[in-house]
Amino acid sequence: MTAAVALVLVSHSALIAEGLRDLAGQMAPGVEIVPAGGDPAGGLGTSVDRVTVAIEQAAADGRQVLVLTDLGSAVLTTEMVLELLDEGVAARVRLADAPLVEGAVVAAVEAAGGGDLDTVRTAAERAGAAAAPAPDEVTQDGPAPHEAAQDGPAQDGPAQDRPAQDGPADSGTISGQVTVKNPLGLHARPAAVLSRMMAGFDASVQVNGVNAASVLELMQLGATQGQVLALSATGSQARAAADAFIGAVDEGFGEI
Amino acid sequence: MAGSLGVDWAVAWTRRTAQVIGEHRDELIELDRQIGDGDHGENLTRGFAAVVAKLDGLAEPPADPGEVLKLVATTLMSTVGGAAGPLYGTAYLRAAKVTGVPELDAHGVVALLEAGLEGIVARGKASPGEKTMVDAWTPAVEAAVAAADQGASPAAVLAAAAEAARAGAEATVPLLATKGRASYLGERSIGHQDPGATSTALILAAAAETAA
Repeated sequence: MTAAVALVLVSHSALIAEGLRDLAGQMAPGVEIVPAGGDPAGGLGTSVDRVTVAIEQAAADGRQVLVLTDLGSAVLTTEMVLELLDEGVAARVRLADAPLVEGAVVAAVEAAGGGDLDTVRTAAERAGAAAAPAPDEVTQDGPAPHEAAQDGPAQDGPAQDRPAQDGPADSGTISGQVTVKNPLGLHARPAAVLSRMMAGFDASVQVNGVNAASVLELMQLGATQGQVLALSATGSQARAAADAFIGAVDEGFGEI
Repeated sequence: MAGSLGVDWAVAWTRRTAQVIGEHRDELIELDRQIGDGDHGENLTRGFAAVVAKLDGLAEPPADPGEVLKLVATTLMSTVGGAAGPLYGTAYLRAAKVTGVPELDAHGVVALLEAGLEGIVARGKASPGEKTMVDAWTPAVEAAVAAADQGASPAAVLAAAAEAARAGAEATVPLLATKGRASYLGERSIGHQDPGATSTALILAAAAETAA
């Protein structure tokens, strides 16, 4: 089954576009990701023709398409293509104002989770804020006491844009702890698994103060084997979400 | 020929542009290497060479200047890998839309240049003073308008535009780049002539030369 939203990755470098296709694709099976890197002669640059073909391939079967780009002329090239494309296709394509790597990873995970074009685009564009300097209060020794609280740390970007974090006062908060068991810790693949899983619940889940539905925030925790994760969940499915999270971490993502 | 410019001029202009860009390839590469990614000379040379090959391969001669400019636009878009592809591509495409007539008088030439500038601004969203092609195109259009208003011939309008573009390109030397790849260099972009403004001056010089 293919996701309804496909991605096109426009880079000056064919290697970047292809490598990123692999990286993002690893975390989002079933999402069509089409690289469009390099200039018409195979050097560094961007190509109107290549981007056109990539978008048409991505948009096949009625799919919607999010295009992510690197430096300036990649944006110009993509805008030019969108102007020249058949209107029926162009109407299903959006250009994300997002960092290429982080944006593509987040968008792929979001698309794999069944998000529509606006959701995928918004997630990608927020990846820029989430990619801000890593939180220094998240230590390898586990969470400081305040991090398990509901008001996440200030460094994690536009809090008002996130799922409500202040849910039903105290009464509705489910708390829990789980120790990371797999040797590699919460690297990209487990983070993608967890964030997709959390997105499926009607619940807001915070782990060590970050949004558990955000693949980037989970990865940025840098949680390693043996680290204790403190969980707090609110919302109508808070219990189920917390149990699923704890269960998945406890099972070690098939790596143990 | 003196009173207006037709398809023969458009073809001659295009061929001369390919020649001039080829002759200045190394200079453009060097300018772009100083404040950009060094591909401008190579990209444009390749693009205009492809345009000439397309012109040579046409089964029928183009009907009007607009048809020539459209061929330039689509070919540059497909063959120029840097920002210059979409920027010049859009400029030529917009210019083609206002030149689908047999002959251009002075006001027709002004319309061509204005449409080109609009295309570049629409695509690149740059304003004058940001050390880009716009800094050559803007004075060129202003000079063309002034010349046409004074009753100049199409050739004289182009000569005025070309001279203003050349001066505009030279005037980019002290500017601080705030758009395009050179903007990543910040203060270090000061003291170098912008390669995009330089290629614009070359293209307009070719237009004037072939109209004279």
